[in-house]
Amino acid sequence: MFLDLLFEVRDAIKRNKLRSAATGFAVTSGIFLLIVLLGAGNGLIHTLENNMGEMALDAVSVSPGWTSTAFGGYERGRRIELDDSDGELSLRLDPEHVLSFHPEYSKSATITADNNKTLSTTLRGGTPYLFESNNDKATAGRLLNKLDLDEKRRVAVIAAPLAERLFGKDIEVVSRYLKIDGSMYQIVGVLYVKDNTSQYAETVFVPQSTLRLIYNLGNKAEDLTLKTQGLEQSENFNVFEKLLRKALALKHTFDPNDWRAVYISGGGDQAETMDTAFGAIRKAFWFLGILTLLSGVTGVSNIMLISVRERTHEFGIRKALGARPWHIILMVILESISITTIFGYLGMVAGIAFCEYMNAAVGNSTLDIGEVQMEYFQDPTVGLDICIEATLVMIIAGAVAGFIPARKTTKIKPIEALQAR
Amino acid sequence: MIHLRNIHKTYNNGAALHVLKGIDLDIAPGEFVAIMGASGSGKSTLLNILGILDNYDEGEYTLDGTLIKDLSENKGAYYRNRLIGFVFQSFNLISFKDAQENVALPLFYQGIGRKKRNQLALEYLDKVGLKDWAHHYPNEMSGGQKQRVAIARALITQPSIILADEPTGALDSKTTIEVMELLRELHRQGMTIVMVTHENDVAHCAEKIVHIKDGQIENIELVNDTNK
Repeated sequence: MFLDLLFEVRDAIKRNKLRSAATGFAVTSGIFLLIVLLGAGNGLIHTLENNMGEMALDAVSVSPGWTSTAFGGYERGRRIELDDSDGELSLRLDPEHVLSFHPEYSKSATITADNNKTLSTTLRGGTPYLFESNNDKATAGRLLNKLDLDEKRRVAVIAAPLAERLFGKDIEVVSRYLKIDGSMYQIVGVLYVKDNTSQYAETVFVPQSTLRLIYNLGNKAEDLTLKTQGLEQSENFNVFEKLLRKALALKHTFDPNDWRAVYISGGGDQAETMDTAFGAIRKAFWFLGILTLLSGVTGVSNIMLISVRERTHEFGIRKALGARPWHIILMVILESISITTIFGYLGMVAGIAFCEYMNAAVGNSTLDIGEVQMEYFQDPTVGLDICIEATLVMIIAGAVAGFIPARKTTKIKPIEALQAR
Repeated sequence: MIHLRNIHKTYNNGAALHVLKGIDLDIAPGEFVAIMGASGSGKSTLLNILGILDNYDEGEYTLDGTLIKDLSENKGAYYRNRLIGFVFQSFNLISFKDAQENVALPLFYQGIGRKKRNQLALEYLDKVGLKDWAHHYPNEMSGGQKQRVAIARALITQPSIILADEPTGALDSKTTIEVMELLRELHRQGMTIVMVTHENDVAHCAEKIVHIKDGQIENIELVNDTNK
């Protein structure tokens, strides 16, 4: 019986190829656009996520800037410089929340490998917490530890892409030597980085204390990273940020409301902000996607409405011959579902194919902005579950779109249906 | 076979229109009855009520021992399928189905399998002399052929009665004779047939002619056997 109904549906679709194709096109394009839109949205989000870099939730970064207002007798545009005493200040200021501080410093340096290859690159003073807070891992050897810092050892951790450039692919580099601006260092580990465009892809790390000693930096710090607790929530962070800014303003003589003089950002706060932003982007894309889906649904409803109307006479004949209301409703719903399923599936496959094409074509291309390389449109794909859900929504909508007009015709008396033209 | 008691029917399209004003009619099994009347006399309405295609307001209609009154859609469909075979003026074949599929359609609604349906359809097409036309579509056939397909479709469920609404209304005189010959043959085999027509010649193929005027039976004319 069910199979026979399917044959009836096949006949009905075959009889009106153009109309079925028109309905199908609305469905296909609806699903296709939804998937492509969501894919593009995901690409955007993935890109932002990747380029933001990940900051540990318990880290608060303090970086100096330039004053933007004249204050305390100083002109605007003065560079603020930080050192360890600012870290100590924050420790004293809020010992409940600040656990430790970690100064950072980086400078450009010339490095020469033991194979006489020379490169100019970035040298960065590291501490164990900085690796930890970035969730860094070593592909070979180890990362820097407390002893390296305490003893001011001349050891280096080298980023994997840089190691490859210096020594060649798949060469053991741990325990080999590097000459950095005339001083010898032993390589103790290779830092894993996601790809060649990551922030630290071309960086050599040495202990922060060693860097200060060799380059005579005293206790200067380029940035300070504070290890904190209880500041993951934005509201707590905001209180702390205000407090710290006020203290630093007093110490360095700048306007406490001048946010450009010192930048203070919290990992937890940033994550929260990003989550909100990504949520908004997702919502926007979903909104557009659902609108396109709706236009597809409207297309199906319209065509089914017309189709049922056109077939009223045929339904009248069928009723005269003994068709019950559910026979007719089921036939119309099956027709509607068949169209939405077949064409929805086509749209889904086309949408996924297009996303994969986008991924292959522009998915990992990088944008060179001066010295910074930025990836755009990373992994613009949609999970299969969402594709299937969207298609199912379309199919259900198709069923409803068939059911409503079909039920209406079954309410008409057989004789009126027979007289319909 | 058919018992009508005081059947009333009023249409309410704006103004009330009293179409049937108390029809009493009995049709015995195996009878061939023609219903005649001017247009607007109510003859088509009467046939629609007999065919359970329309309902009536008052009275009682019994078909083959079953009271047909205030039926649900499902019950109505069931009785139409089992008890009644329809022959329409405009044939009412489904255009995208071939002759065999059209004839088999009533059996589809009885839940009979495709194979059995098609085999029976072929048998009944053979009975109306159209076995070779089984796979032709309605638009490839003449009016007479289409009406014969419709008659095969009416017969396939072995109904209690055949209801024919102007069966020759869309046919020329030659095919009219063919179709009427077929109906008379069915009558000879014992089928009960009720036919609405406004053609005198056609009406006189029946045994009895019921004349309707203004929603009431004017008289019942018995047709002389020698006419047949």
